[in-house]
Amino acid sequence: MDIHEYQAKQLLAKAGVPIPNGGVAHSAEEAAYLQHEISGERWVVKAQIHSGARGKAGGVKICTSDQEVRDAASELLGKRLITNQTGPKGKICTAVYVESATQIDRELYVAMVLDRASEQIVVVASTEGGMEIEDVARDKPEAILRELVDPAIGLLDFQARELAFKLGIPAPQLADAVKTFRGAYRIMRDHDATLVEINPLVITHTGRLRALDAKIGFDDNALFRQPAISELRDRGQEDPRETEAADQGLSYVGLQGDIGCMINGAGLAMATMDMIKHCGGEPANFLDIGGGASPERVANAFRLVLSDDNVKAMLVNIYAGINRCDWVAEGIVQALGEIELNVPLVVRLSGTNVEQGKQILKDSGYPIITADTLAEAAERVVAARNEAA
Amino acid sequence: MAILIDENTKVLVQGFTGRIGSFHAQEMMEYGTNVVGGVTPGKGGQTALDRPVFDTMKDAVRETGATASIVFVPPGYAADSICEAADAGIHYCVAITDGIPAQDMMRVKRYLKQFPEERRMILTGPNCAGTISPGKSMLGIMPGHIYLPGRVGVVARSGTLGYEAASQLKERGIGISTSVGIGGDPINGCSFQRILERFENDPETDAVMLIGEIGGPQEAEAGAYARDHMSKPVVAFIAGLTAPKGRTMGHAGAIVSGVGESAAEKAEILRGCGVTVCERPSDLGEAMAGVLQR
Repeated sequence: MDIHEYQAKQLLAKAGVPIPNGGVAHSAEEAAYLQHEISGERWVVKAQIHSGARGKAGGVKICTSDQEVRDAASELLGKRLITNQTGPKGKICTAVYVESATQIDRELYVAMVLDRASEQIVVVASTEGGMEIEDVARDKPEAILRELVDPAIGLLDFQARELAFKLGIPAPQLADAVKTFRGAYRIMRDHDATLVEINPLVITHTGRLRALDAKIGFDDNALFRQPAISELRDRGQEDPRETEAADQGLSYVGLQGDIGCMINGAGLAMATMDMIKHCGGEPANFLDIGGGASPERVANAFRLVLSDDNVKAMLVNIYAGINRCDWVAEGIVQALGEIELNVPLVVRLSGTNVEQGKQILKDSGYPIITADTLAEAAERVVAARNEAA
Repeated sequence: MAILIDENTKVLVQGFTGRIGSFHAQEMMEYGTNVVGGVTPGKGGQTALDRPVFDTMKDAVRETGATASIVFVPPGYAADSICEAADAGIHYCVAITDGIPAQDMMRVKRYLKQFPEERRMILTGPNCAGTISPGKSMLGIMPGHIYLPGRVGVVARSGTLGYEAASQLKERGIGISTSVGIGGDPINGCSFQRILERFENDPETDAVMLIGEIGGPQEAEAGAYARDHMSKPVVAFIAGLTAPKGRTMGHAGAIVSGVGESAAEKAEILRGCGVTVCERPSDLGEAMAGVLQR
């Protein structure tokens, strides 16, 4: 789960990380009021959407008067911003963050990451702040510092100090730097985060340390024990079909192609999509119905796939272990009884209760193209799509 | 001989009396798995499926002499159950549970490391279909009948894609020594490499099929191991060619978040290590048949 920059900054501030003065606004009036409260001479108005690279998409405005703050807020609020991370539809901005502009001397990068290779939390830091860390890793790998944290001990002060010295943070700011590292680590550990990224962490022209932008991601599997974090979820930033799927216990990812997919198991789902691609087609979605799916869950999944207007043909591929082919078939027939099927449908069933499942489909009388193997299924759905198009 | 489990392996079921645990315990017993009991805290002294239920893993191991366990405990408590198994002296644990918080798994791995290597519990999963030595023993939730006994080792992240592989092998009359699911989570028990090591040392395994997917470094690490230390051929497939960067594809660990984590890059790395990589998931059986004929 992702959260907004303003929510991330609130968490960081609470954990003792210094941030510039600022606040969140949902209207131009509120933004102007905040600007007045913050005082100073220059302010930044930042669109709150779940994406980085907002600056390049026109989502960050520098202002020098209350009128400019007001104008920037009214321009951004309600606008759809398209960045290189949002996909072509972009994301809607319903809140802006207003903060006092910072005069920057140096930009640094600090992040806590759940590292899969070491299976530990690793602190990643770099003197190349403000850049995508992946670009730094490619172009200047020696600029990246890494420090592993023993989960039984936690981040130690000397580790934080060492990093601070290597980043060239001036001695008067050492205590703030240690506080920043420790605060970010505490958020990581206490809130089951998978990423806490401060980019950039800046040294201001007056020599102060400030977290200028922040991104925090949380482990979906741990939200059940993080009620305060769950409340930060903004459904408006999510793809509505993915949200609906998740609410029904389905795992769905919308893609750009036109062959709808309904499959059991994440690995088989990915492999089936790969197979479609090899046969010359493009999948419209990833959809895993999970294990032990009831006819109702199957019917919901089926309708969800067909609710995408791009879908020109549909493939169902089931290898039932703890699932049952007869339940899957029942679910398909149930869904077909409620909606009109106007694209070709290919179904491949295998595994538990396969004969009953095939019989149910046959008896239903619907024009269903069947297949016995993965290859056949993919070839047939791509051929059917090409004929229909 | 197979690896990890055979017909003599005494098995405990953790979460024995729950709906899912008891259902699959029954299936495993019907397959021939030597289930000697189970653990559900607070239900010690009862019986389930004609087997004793214990309060703690220590009690269960002491009374039954079990060396393996399978975990069906819900995600919020599963990490604790895995640690309890390790503490009780279990040699091999399969964690089926899907949805364990990643930092819980991080702590499990840290906990296991405190045991000296020769006494350290082997863990596979979580978020997997389990392990089967066909005709001998099954610690998992897979349909046992699709696995023909034989001499090919299978190691896969995905359950259902593992079934697809098993059935393609069976169609060609190729049997399996052991099939191991290592699970789809970002932090898991045994890596691909750990399982390859066991297959390499197993006199009853002639070749290995590795089924990976996008995300994480384990496939590349396994490739380097195969190149440097294996005499047996490896056939591989990596799922997720069409997966967009930065999106989680069902499995918590199936996400391309850095260099070398996409399906195309992993396939290339494995090829560079001398592994036979299938382009298409429908070619798994044929590719293995080809390798075995050589």
